[in-house]
Amino acid sequence: MSVTLQGFRRTTEKRPDSSRRTTIEETRTDKIFLAGVKIMLWLALIVVAVPLIYIVANSFSSPSAVSAGRVLFWPVEPSIRAYKEAFSDPMIMKGYLNSFIYAIGGTLISVTLTIAIAYPLSRRTFFGRNVIMSALIFTMLFSGGLIPTYLVVQDLGLLNTRWAMVIPSAIGVWQVIIARTFFRSTIPDELYEAATIDGAGDLRFLWSIVLPLSKPVIAVIALMYAIFQWNSYFDALIYLKDPGLYPLQIVLRNVLILNTLTGSTTTTNLAQQLDQQQLANVLKYALIVISSLPVLIIYPFVARHFTKGVMVGAVKG
Amino acid sequence: MSATFEVKPAPAPPASRPGETAARKPPRTSRRTQARRSLRRHWQLYLLIIPPLAYFVIFKYVPITNAVIAFKDYSPVKGPWGSDWVGFKNFELFFQNPVFWTLVKNTFLLSVYTVLASFPIPIILAIALNEIRNGRFKKTVQLVTYAPYFISTVVVVSMTILVLSPRLGFVNDAIGLFGVPSIDFLGRPDYFRHIYVWSDVWQTTGYSAVIYLAALSGIDPALHESARIDGASRLQRIRNVDLPGIMPTAVIILVLGVGNIMSIGFEKAFLLQNPLNTAQSEIIATYVYKTGLLNADFSMATAIGLFNSVINLFLLLGVNFAAKRITGNGLWS
Repeated sequence: MSVTLQGFRRTTEKRPDSSRRTTIEETRTDKIFLAGVKIMLWLALIVVAVPLIYIVANSFSSPSAVSAGRVLFWPVEPSIRAYKEAFSDPMIMKGYLNSFIYAIGGTLISVTLTIAIAYPLSRRTFFGRNVIMSALIFTMLFSGGLIPTYLVVQDLGLLNTRWAMVIPSAIGVWQVIIARTFFRSTIPDELYEAATIDGAGDLRFLWSIVLPLSKPVIAVIALMYAIFQWNSYFDALIYLKDPGLYPLQIVLRNVLILNTLTGSTTTTNLAQQLDQQQLANVLKYALIVISSLPVLIIYPFVARHFTKGVMVGAVKG
Repeated sequence: MSATFEVKPAPAPPASRPGETAARKPPRTSRRTQARRSLRRHWQLYLLIIPPLAYFVIFKYVPITNAVIAFKDYSPVKGPWGSDWVGFKNFELFFQNPVFWTLVKNTFLLSVYTVLASFPIPIILAIALNEIRNGRFKKTVQLVTYAPYFISTVVVVSMTILVLSPRLGFVNDAIGLFGVPSIDFLGRPDYFRHIYVWSDVWQTTGYSAVIYLAALSGIDPALHESARIDGASRLQRIRNVDLPGIMPTAVIILVLGVGNIMSIGFEKAFLLQNPLNTAQSEIIATYVYKTGLLNADFSMATAIGLFNSVINLFLLLGVNFAAKRITGNGLWS
């Protein structure tokens, strides 16, 4: 898409030479306007980037500098003590591990189920697909609510198990729409006819032909699910009681927002207490960085695919 | 559903394959025979769809039937259907509760504010990005503004708390430069809505802009070209070409936004809440959580949740109707 747009722009930029009288005046106002646009974008860039830089700079500074509020956008008295502390905390590491388990396991389950419903719904020969689709859309608009869902999870015996993290939120309707649209718009009917003549059934066709052709959309929905799992805390809050099962986000909530410090030994020594207090402050910044790292590392690689996925889902429907 | 999310401004009519028109002729066979034939030929597909369908039945539709406990005095021993009916008692109690109006007002104001602030800003960002030719600058802005979307709610909230912190945060340092005494932003109820909404805008603007950028790229370049030949300035082209082009997308996003007006981010409000700001931060969703799971009053919590869902649904239908009347675009056609 950007190729055609840029190509188009390049050709039109030459135009002012040919039709001088009307365009000279306008290019001036256009130039001013464009400058305004650029200033606005710079502003947006700064507003979004500044808090991020501030957090990172603080996380790499010494505890005393952080506690004195001396850090702005560059580390003061650089130190990685907070990171060492975070990585040696058993609760945080346990949470990290749990989050990986939930993200990987949950994504596998979610992607499998999403394809299993999106593919049949993409086939014109599938009877009742419109009814089923409407039933899915309806769940986006109306739900039983928190407690009725909780009762179902409770009745199934999922409370306080790892399954509670991956099953109740397994399928997203939005992802089903994206996958279905992709299947419908990229897998031609002729391909299925050809495969049938060669003796393939529906499942065989899905496995050997559709899935290999659908790697981009599978990547997109897998990443959507993985990021959703990595960032979710609410299911854990209501369904899990055993701290050993807590995902990272719950641990983070306890440390960052409820201010319950883990791991630090209680001491009566005043100097040590002060030190612990200061360490606790900088630990927060380090934790924010550590917990966002996996997502932010993969993000530049997938942003392009994400854009595509959003476009497929939103633009074509 | 096929027309539901159809937002391309002027899609080229799909080139129908010659074989297709013949196949589309109204079938002589009844729907039942059709279904039977499809089932026999594609049984594997029907088998495949059973587990995900079971998921939707169990985790989406059973809870809807479970919502009957809103009209009952729920007892865990008797189960949702065995418990005793109490009619509208739970609803009446809730409406009489002095917190009722506070909850409704807080929820409504917070949602309306969120929709009003987070609707136009992504459009402005997308149009501004679309005006820029410079590849690297454009990519950088997009990459950076997109990033916060990937950060978890817990982290965004704790970043907000740290940045606004009265002792350490740079916001108070900054206003301190102008001689303003430091403010405990999160301890003041009247700041809660602004903090909630603007941190939300910070997090989601870049992501939402992507959808509009996609819509903008779908606008026929010839329209821009002819507008230029007619002597339209950049601003005029934005007003007369770009805005009408993304209108259908904008309407759908607005309708969806209003549809969620009463069910906005429980997760975030809950995290930003503290005993000092509950006067404005207690919304229906957080109250449901507290009543239901902390006080174990299941029936009452379900009644409140149901009240919320129903209002939500009616708002969505109403706005969708209005949008269709005014702009000709709606969620479904």
